[in-house]
Parts: sequence; C-alpha cells; structure tokens
Amino acid sequence: MADVPSDAPQHCPGTSSSQAGKSSACQGCPNQTICASGATQAPDPAIEEIRVKMASVKHKILVLSGKGGVGKSTISTQLAHGLAGDSSTEVALLDVDICGPSIPKMMGVEGEQVHQSGSGWSPVYVEDNLAVMSVGFLLSSPDDAIIWRGPKKNGMIKQFLRDVDWGQLDYLIVDTPPGTSDEHLSVVQYLCGAGVDGAIIVTTPQEVSLQDVRKEIRFCEKVGLPVIGVVENMSGFLCPKCKNMTPIFPPTTGGAEKMCLDMGLSFLERVPLDPRIGKSCDEGRPFLTEVADSPAAAAYRSIVRGVTEYCASRRHQGDADQTAAGQRQDGEP
Amino acid sequence: MDHSGEKGNLSQVQHVVLVLSGKGGVGKSTLTTELALALRHAGKRVGILDVDLCGPSIPRMLGADQQAVHQCDAGWVPVYTDAQKSLALMSIGFLLESPDEAVVWRGPKKTALIGQFVSDVAWGELDFLLVDTPPGTSDEHLAVVENLRKHKVDGAILVTTPQAVSTGDVRREITFCKKIGLRILGIVENMSGFVCPHCSECSNIFSKGGGEELAKLTGSPFLGCVPLDPQLSASIEEGKDFIQAFPESSTFSSINRIAQAVMTSTEAV
Repeated sequence: MADVPSDAPQHCPGTSSSQAGKSSACQGCPNQTICASGATQAPDPAIEEIRVKMASVKHKILVLSGKGGVGKSTISTQLAHGLAGDSSTEVALLDVDICGPSIPKMMGVEGEQVHQSGSGWSPVYVEDNLAVMSVGFLLSSPDDAIIWRGPKKNGMIKQFLRDVDWGQLDYLIVDTPPGTSDEHLSVVQYLCGAGVDGAIIVTTPQEVSLQDVRKEIRFCEKVGLPVIGVVENMSGFLCPKCKNMTPIFPPTTGGAEKMCLDMGLSFLERVPLDPRIGKSCDEGRPFLTEVADSPAAAAYRSIVRGVTEYCASRRHQGDADQTAAGQRQDGEP
Repeated sequence: MDHSGEKGNLSQVQHVVLVLSGKGGVGKSTLTTELALALRHAGKRVGILDVDLCGPSIPRMLGADQQAVHQCDAGWVPVYTDAQKSLALMSIGFLLESPDEAVVWRGPKKTALIGQFVSDVAWGELDFLLVDTPPGTSDEHLAVVENLRKHKVDGAILVTTPQAVSTGDVRREITFCKKIGLRILGIVENMSGFVCPHCSECSNIFSKGGGEELAKLTGSPFLGCVPLDPQLSASIEEGKDFIQAFPESSTFSSINRIAQAVMTSTEAV
C-alpha cells in the first residue's frame, strides 16, 4: 500500500506510522481496519529494493545540521566538486530538501530536466563523473512551491533512492534540509539496509546554531548514524581593505571546536566567510576551482581529505573484518 | 473571518503576523525577536509563538531559556520575559527536559502540537502576536494557517538574504502565501551588507539587492534592509535587548522602520 493512499483523509499519518489506523484523522478512512491491524507496519519492501540498488554505491555520506542556513548545500556542493576533481572517481549529489532545493542552482544546472528510461530516472550530469538529483528538476517554474506534508515528502525520497539510475558510484552525498523530521528519518530508514558511512555536521559558530546542532547530533546517536566530523562554517570575515578579522557570528560558547570536545566528536575544519562563495553559488560555478587560492577553498579541500580518509579507513576496517570472519569460518584462530 | 463571540484564547489578540521564509538561516527568529522588542518599545503588548519544533530559537534569544511553562484553567500560561508581562512567549523549547533534547517527530505529531499551541495558550490581551516559523512550506506552515483560520491573520512578513539561492526559495514561499490567501505585508532583506567596525568598509558578503528585486518581481511591498551586525548577533546570543543596548545604531533604525510599517499596514485595516 502507498504510504498515503489516494483515498486517505487529509491528515493521514502514513500507513507505516505507529499511528496508522489509530489517529483521529483515521476515523472513517476505508483503510483504517487494515492499518490498525498492523499489517502496514511490516518492513517497507523499498528498504530491500534500495539496499540492492545501493550495492553499486561504495560510500554514502549525509550532510546534516539541525540549523538552517549554515551552509549544508554549499558544503555538499564543494565536497561533490572536490571528490569529482579526480576524474576516476564517480560522484553523485542527492538533494532531499523537498521544500527548498538549492542544489540545481548551486551546481549550475537549474532548469534541466530529468528523463525516465527502462533503468529508472537519469540524474543530471554536471561533469562526466558528477551527477545530481533534486526535486528542483521536477518543477516547471521557479515560483512553484511544494506544499507537501510529511508522508508525501517521504514518498519522493523513497523514489529518489530506489528509482534513480545512479550507476557505479564511489560517493553518494546526500544534502538534507534543516531539522530532525520526516526527511531525515526517511533517509536513514530507507538506507538502513544499504548502510550509511557517516554524516558531516555543519554549523556556524554561535550558540543559537550550536543548540540546534546538538539536537542533530543526538538524532544521529538515536538512529545509530556515525558522525564523520563537524564543520564550522562562516567562521569569521576578513575585511578585504584593512585585513582585520571580525567574528560576525560570535562563538560565545566556544564554537564548534568546544562542542566537539564536549561531545567527543571530530572537528573537521573551520571555513571563513568569503563573498565570492555566495556569488559562485548564485551563478552555479565551482568556487573550489575558480577561487582555488582562497583560504575558504583550502578549508574545503581539507574537508574533502577528511572524508576520503574516513571512508578509506572504513573500507580497510571492512576488509579486515571480512578477512577475520573468513579465517574464523575456516577454523583459523 | 468572523470572530464575534469567539471566546477562545486568541479572542483578545488584535493582530496576528506570521514571519516566514522558504529559506533557513536568513534571520526569521532574529527578526521576530527584534520586531517584538521594537513593537514593545512603541508601547504595544506583544506575544511570540515559536512553531519551529525542531530548532526552537526564541527562548534563548529573549534570555528565557531556563523557564518552564505552567498550566491554568484556560490552558498554558505563556512565559513572560519580565515582571511587567510586556512580552509573552510560547515555544516547544520550554517543554523540553534538556536543551539538547532532539524532537524527532514526523508531520502528524508536529501538526497536533501546533494545533495546541494556537488554541491552548492563554495569551490574554495582546496588540500583536508574531508567529516565528521554521523554513519550508510543509506541515508546520499548513498547521499554523489551518488552525488560525478561525481568527483573523493580518498577513506575513517574508525574510530573505540578498543572494539568489535565498530569494529562489522565498519565491516559493510567496506562492504558498498566495495559494492559501495569506496577505504579504512585505519582504525584508536581512544580512544586507557588512560594515567593518575597524575601517568602515562595506562588504556585501551575501550579495545585495536581491530582496528588493524579489519584491518588485512579485509585486510585494519592500519593507527594508537590515545589515549584518556583530553587535546584534551578540545580543541575540546572550538573550539581551539589542534595542535598549544600541538605540542609536543604524541596525535599530532599520528594524524600527520595519516595525512602523507593520503597525501601519495592520492597524489601518
């Protein structure tokens, strides 16, 4: 059954919700008895379908933040470009921000269309080895608003993970909206069979941001999602005229570095504010290559290195675990 | 919008204004806080309803994050920021056991709580109730608008930063407002330019002018620009009253102009 059947009432909680058949909105729904019986609570078959689909994807990385506007999409974009800088590495960027899809504009592919074939939806290629998928490609006008409740957003995310023909990938980066809600639960749930390598958490230095980000970290703990590390974005602005550094978003409680110390997380990097970053994103051009000598570009490259090293160590650990398991099977000590 | 004889908790609230943006991190909560303080400064009784359930920022911004919510016969008593009860707040932030506690809810549960926030908070007499929202056009926004249908909503202020990546999302929010019949009181361009405190050089860190262009493009009123101001960021961080601390600043004049525009466009109706 679809997560929100076509004959469901307006506030249908979704057939896979724990409230299925039991919420007040379910009164009078023709599917109420089925939902209340628990039949719809069985594991979603899409999880296995996605596990099979993701077998050709070596590493899956989520980019998260509890807070909006800290630079998740910007960092996802730079990370994607950075990883794809090696032409032998196949990279894809999946944008699951259904209400505010920024990735097409930032990658310079706004207005592109998605095509369907026998093997599924084709993503949009920015480079030969860099593919992008976003709900933005399904909208016909920049004014179109997606006014969807949770269950419908979940359905879209399921399709993105199951029906896009990604092909062989070294890295799939998933850019998320702010918060700890439907989109985040759905991505983690649908990928639980396939496995996620880890999450990069993005924050800005102020406590107003950190207080939301700590919640996101608690979310990661709750769902068993490893945190690769934390990036502190918009970390100070260097005046181009007098060269003084001003902390526009002041780290009044010690910033991300102190938070990482307190929570036992890896502090990946600090990225300064640079007006050229916003400009590149608005124009859909790759900042990392166009302003390669800037301190911000150096910071992005460091983040890329952090991610590749983390994934490589997981591969080696995975190989070592497999070898050990194989030896035990053969009766070796 | 017949609210004659309505004895609900919003019956003595004169004006309801939503603060929206399709985009996250543009300063909705900051602007809601500063507008509330500016309106209070102008002698108005103000309330703030924070319906951002995943990232509730309002308690900390007003120095009220240690407070808890109490019940009365009419429902929940809002948290007051001072003994004079000049500013009333409601946020999920007051209901959490710990500030790090994550609210990991799907849409229907968020919708249910927002319904309660709209009808079960004993606001009393208010001139203005400002509703701070999370980014997007989803469950929270639909819930707030649907639950406020019984009461008159004056309109919405849309907040953007100047860059295209931000105005691109706010365009969609404008479509949302038009679809549900919500009047747009105007657009605010936040983080509009930064003046270096050392040499006064102005840098357009997040570009410039996008908010004003968006207003022209969509036929919406443009309420003004608010610059990036580290003193404002610091006040917000520490839950201090920026308006009291820096009444001479150009940031305050910008915010005050927006507050005046809100009062004019709502009280004239």
